[in-house]
Amino acid sequence: MNAITPLGDAQTQAVISRFAVPAIRCAGCIAKIENGLNGEPGILSSRVNFSTKQVAISHLPELAEDQLKQKIEALGFEAQILADNPLSEEKGSTDKLIRALAVAGFGMMNIMLLSVSVWSGATGVTRDLFHWLSALIAVPVIAYSGRPFFASAAMALRYGRTNMDVPISIGILLATGLSLYETATGGAHAYFDGAVMLLFFLLAGRVLDGMMRDRARKGIGALLKQTAPGAMVLIDDGSTQWVATRDLRPGMRMMVAAGSNLAADGVIEKGSSSFDCSLMTGESEAQPKGEGDLVLAGTLNLSSPVVVRVTATGEDTSLSDIARLMDEAGQHRSFYVRIADRAARYYAPAVHSLALLAFAYWMIVGAGWHQSLLIAVAVLIITCPCALGLAVPAAQVVASGALLRKGVMVKDGSALERLAEADYALFDKTGTLTLGHPVPVNLDDLSLNQKQIALALAQASHHPISKAIRTALQAENIIPARLDDVEEVPGEGMKARWDGQPVMLGKPEKSADHLSSQLSVGSDTVILHLKDEIRPDAAAALARLQALGLPASIISGDNIGSVSRVADALGLAAKAGVSPQDKVEAITRLSDSGHKVLMVGDGLNDGPALAAAHVSIAPGSASDVGQQAADAVFTSASLMPVALSVTVARRTMQIVHQNFALAIGYNIIAVPLALTGMVTPLIAAIAMSLSSLIVVGNALRLNGSAK
Amino acid sequence: MSGLAILIPVALLMGLCGLGFFFWAMRNDQFEDLDGAAQRVLIDEEDEPS
Repeated sequence: MNAITPLGDAQTQAVISRFAVPAIRCAGCIAKIENGLNGEPGILSSRVNFSTKQVAISHLPELAEDQLKQKIEALGFEAQILADNPLSEEKGSTDKLIRALAVAGFGMMNIMLLSVSVWSGATGVTRDLFHWLSALIAVPVIAYSGRPFFASAAMALRYGRTNMDVPISIGILLATGLSLYETATGGAHAYFDGAVMLLFFLLAGRVLDGMMRDRARKGIGALLKQTAPGAMVLIDDGSTQWVATRDLRPGMRMMVAAGSNLAADGVIEKGSSSFDCSLMTGESEAQPKGEGDLVLAGTLNLSSPVVVRVTATGEDTSLSDIARLMDEAGQHRSFYVRIADRAARYYAPAVHSLALLAFAYWMIVGAGWHQSLLIAVAVLIITCPCALGLAVPAAQVVASGALLRKGVMVKDGSALERLAEADYALFDKTGTLTLGHPVPVNLDDLSLNQKQIALALAQASHHPISKAIRTALQAENIIPARLDDVEEVPGEGMKARWDGQPVMLGKPEKSADHLSSQLSVGSDTVILHLKDEIRPDAAAALARLQALGLPASIISGDNIGSVSRVADALGLAAKAGVSPQDKVEAITRLSDSGHKVLMVGDGLNDGPALAAAHVSIAPGSASDVGQQAADAVFTSASLMPVALSVTVARRTMQIVHQNFALAIGYNIIAVPLALTGMVTPLIAAIAMSLSSLIVVGNALRLNGSAK
Repeated sequence: MSGLAILIPVALLMGLCGLGFFFWAMRNDQFEDLDGAAQRVLIDEEDEPS
């Protein structure tokens, strides 16, 4: 997060920190944040990125990230500190592809201008001159724009495999070589336009593919919460200081406020509180922990502030075991071969032997090696998988765009392919079938008046329980009451005066086995119970999955009691108390018996399972680990997007297969023409653009598929 | 024919200019925040320092 950039004029070094600010909605927000921050001491400049809802602040190193966060929050926007997005490493590769596409487009247009004159009947010196000019443009353009294909083909050949890029590279290189020879000897046909146009269309497919990946990764990057970027550390003289996670050392004492995540494993030294371990273990009930108890990094402190002595940091925390499991589990997935490359396995040998046969036939007939080579190259150019190269990415980009509008971010095209194949669904319980955060269940016990007071009190606090109550009441369109003397009593709750009476929202006098909160107005008290509820339309979504041929079952790390409650409500088979290792084994057993498993889960404990499954989906509320391991992330509270993405993935594969059929049909018409030597560069150019347009047009039909 | 000697270099030069400009735009992050650019037009700049 801290990219250090030297400043030209100043002697100090500026640090750039990034924050996710999801509430940026209009021009007014941009102006408010930038103007508000730019005047602050220590801040050199700030820039809002509206598309990604992020703020980049260039500041002096003295300012800590949490201070900057507070400054943004003081302006009225909730902010989250962003780590370096671990998913964005490949961003540069799309930029490279776009540059290659721009160069190929430039070359194609200029060569086409010259070619049109040649086709219109230019002869003699003019034609030779135009061929030379085309060569002059085409050779550097192919050398620059062809690199992605040549590099990938060389890589595949080195390992004795073949992929789509092998026939492409051979076709382009042969066509260019032959055209150069034709130009030098004053021949009639040069295929520079065909070769460059081929590159242009294929690069367009690659760019689409890359942009789809980037878009989803940016979206997921904005969701990553970076569980705890650091902690307030108590120094011996009694003062506190903000320390980033990577600088925490065992023995330091962290102050952990209610509502914050732990940055490292540790032992509680002072205070007691309940902790939400659901992302770590899948347990839905909050765990009460007191002095001397061990608490793990990544858990959320729910009720009151505690002091924790750090025992393990970074690589040594309990998180690293899960990371190791995930590495092992994710390895088999790299063996998945994408459909385009599977097609290329049959396509490339077929095309190459066809071209070779054509060459041999015309040699035997006695057309001379020059004429025979021309025909062989025409076969290669006309069969070059232009439409095939576009068929898959175009369909997948349109489909993922449609899914994105429904709040599902699919990381790449292969995820859609694997999603279409899934035939069994495994669900985690906590945070996946349920919402993963407590919601008040008995709000109806409150009168309207009490609701207004409760909302006013809850609004003033950042406590997780207050937030849950606030969200639920705001959803009912309650208008907060007007209160006086609002104050927060640490460890107790919010206190205020309403209409002369004391009112309070806070810890209940007698504690229940689950989360609860007590509202008192004067002498009246009401207990509010908070529970982790099942997602609103989970049953409907599961029924739809069943109809699609994906039976589901639950696999959870939670205790048998809470799991069976959910399992009974949804009518699913369930397994409780499962460790991360066992989850992976359950998936392996299912895959061995021939199932392709779709894993839906959110927690750290699901990470290995998400990586091991054939395809996986995580909710937007999932842990960072879960979101990075999953193939797709959905952001809504409803579970329906899971069923929807399976439907869309299958529609996409239908369109991809149609596109393949179209491309093959086109070859059946065009190849005989090429074999008989009737294809001129003009016919090749027309056929190529026409087939690409048809394939892209067919893919656009997916635009409305996510309904 | 003599017209070609001027027209073709001119056409190529203009194309190269466009290409060069696109590369410049990419290098200077002009495509990083497309929605933001649309919104920033609406900012009232009265109270901005410069």
